[in-house]
Amino acid sequence: MKSEKITKLVLVIASVVILLIFAGMAYSMIKGAIPAFKEFGLFRFILSTEWDPTEGKESYGAMPFIAGTVITSLLALIICFPLAFSTSLFIAEYFRKTKIATVLSTLVDLLAGVPSIVYGLWGFYTLRPLIAELGYAGQGYGIFTSGLILAIMIIPYATSISNEIISMVPNELKEAAYSLGATRMEVIFSVILPNARSGLVAGYILALGRALGETMAVTMLIGNANIIPKGLFSPGNTMASVIANQFGEADGIKLSALIAIGLLLFAVTAIVNFIGKIIIRKYA
Amino acid sequence: MKMKNLLAIALIFFVFAATGRTIKSISADNDSKNINITGAGATFPMPFYNQLIADYSSKTGKLVTYGGIGSGGGIRSLKDKVVDFGATDAYLTDAQAAELPAPIVHIPTCLGAVVIAYNLPGVATLKLKNEVLAKIFMGEITKWNDNQIKAENPGVKFPDLNISVIYRSDGSGTTFIFSDYMSKISEKWAKEIGTGKTLKWPVGMSAKGNPGVAGTIQQTVGAFGYIGSEYAFSAKIPFVKLQNKAGNFIEPSVASVSAAAQGDIPADTRVMLTNSSDPKAYPISAFTWIILYKEQNYNGRSLQQAEETLKFLDWLIGSDAQAVAQKVDYAPLPDKAVMLAKKILKSVTYNGAPVLK
Repeated sequence: MKSEKITKLVLVIASVVILLIFAGMAYSMIKGAIPAFKEFGLFRFILSTEWDPTEGKESYGAMPFIAGTVITSLLALIICFPLAFSTSLFIAEYFRKTKIATVLSTLVDLLAGVPSIVYGLWGFYTLRPLIAELGYAGQGYGIFTSGLILAIMIIPYATSISNEIISMVPNELKEAAYSLGATRMEVIFSVILPNARSGLVAGYILALGRALGETMAVTMLIGNANIIPKGLFSPGNTMASVIANQFGEADGIKLSALIAIGLLLFAVTAIVNFIGKIIIRKYA
Repeated sequence: MKMKNLLAIALIFFVFAATGRTIKSISADNDSKNINITGAGATFPMPFYNQLIADYSSKTGKLVTYGGIGSGGGIRSLKDKVVDFGATDAYLTDAQAAELPAPIVHIPTCLGAVVIAYNLPGVATLKLKNEVLAKIFMGEITKWNDNQIKAENPGVKFPDLNISVIYRSDGSGTTFIFSDYMSKISEKWAKEIGTGKTLKWPVGMSAKGNPGVAGTIQQTVGAFGYIGSEYAFSAKIPFVKLQNKAGNFIEPSVASVSAAAQGDIPADTRVMLTNSSDPKAYPISAFTWIILYKEQNYNGRSLQQAEETLKFLDWLIGSDAQAVAQKVDYAPLPDKAVMLAKKILKSVTYNGAPVLK
């Protein structure tokens, strides 16, 4: 029985450590962000579009980065959705349990494991010149290219979760529909989708969460201009990317502003997850 | 039940194994007589420092590590007392130095240049007047075939292409040197943008670190940006001939950068060399410094640690190390700067007594 107790103790300690880490992170981030909120005011800091690091007239606002993050991530989700959804129907329904579906699903899982810096490199050296060639975006840096690379990065996540969810729809239901004379399309839209809806939404929200926090690949492609993007092909910057770029040299109020952006990023992600949960509950 | 037992044993084993290892490694560090000197800071002189550290290690067997984390990072690391020395391209003003917990000294280590690099296929040499340079960086000239660019470069065929201005996304000593020069040559720049390690840019986009900007310029047709000279030389990126104070168009080279340091140097060596009045000087030349605490007994550092740090720095400004500078495209310190630096190093103390004899 002693080992039982010890196991319990170890497990309790492990959970407490996790809690402590979370509390410690929240504490140090809020503490670090307070000077910036005090200096500029919470709402002015969030809404201000000014990011001026010049010594003597420093003024920091988070809006350019919030805009950049939200626009690139939503763009990624919009591009990702039709591709990921079709692929998962292919794998989990139309060609279910065939060899080609297995190969495809393995490839998708492999894509999910590629580190983001590799996507960044590929985006920088291959995708960006292609977009520049199309002639829309000058040299190919900017919101659109970043959104595209993000879409490619989140497709595997969305696809793999959708696969699981779609293949979890009970066979009996589908067979019942077929026996009533439903076509394949009717089965997909009247049986699979209603059953899988909340799971699918959850999958896309998770994918969106990854897009929001993605740093390296975006930094390499977005142009890192600290302005509200002027259009789809304009350079901009995201919250994660500005932190990665500037924390090394930052001190004083600028460091505090960067930590505050980190806190806001955390908040944005939390809000997205919260909305996701509401949607899931509504349709479940 | 058996599974649970196993799990418990495995967990306990892991915990103990982990703690056991750290305890062992800490004691090993204390026992070892090998002193490890660490420094961090500017990326601008990093190729020079890396070469020197390799030479020093093979010569003396001592271990020195240098992290290129940017000038501001170097200053902060010294402030946090996690390094033996910091490195910066922008000297600390009296106000900035006062923010550190103790007095520091500046040791110049070499001279470097900031070059204006560009990517324009078919254009191998490019001359730009100061006012044109300022106009491009401020977004007032946006096309490569602008008449003001053409005027100084007869015979060169410029494409109808947008100029992509590239700057540093992170705070940087390179940006400081560059903007110090721009503020000297353009009143409008001085008023609207100013001098600093990070700036608010009216146009363009940015990349992280000297290597990042160099890479972006190389990959972007029409790009125009500033980088530490070594990064342009080693990657063979073409750069602009700039107009110095005397009106001559000068290419960055060891000779033209050395020429910028022929004027007076103050006793604490804190001086900006940009826009030198020497007719042969390249206008965006600058010292780069190593900074350390004047009193070396802090944070429980040993005398030995202080001695090894000072010995390394003394070697760094000596003739052997300075001869390496040219090989990696930096300019060696002028003699009077070396004399001043030696004097400053001798003023560094441990418990009030000079460390170097």
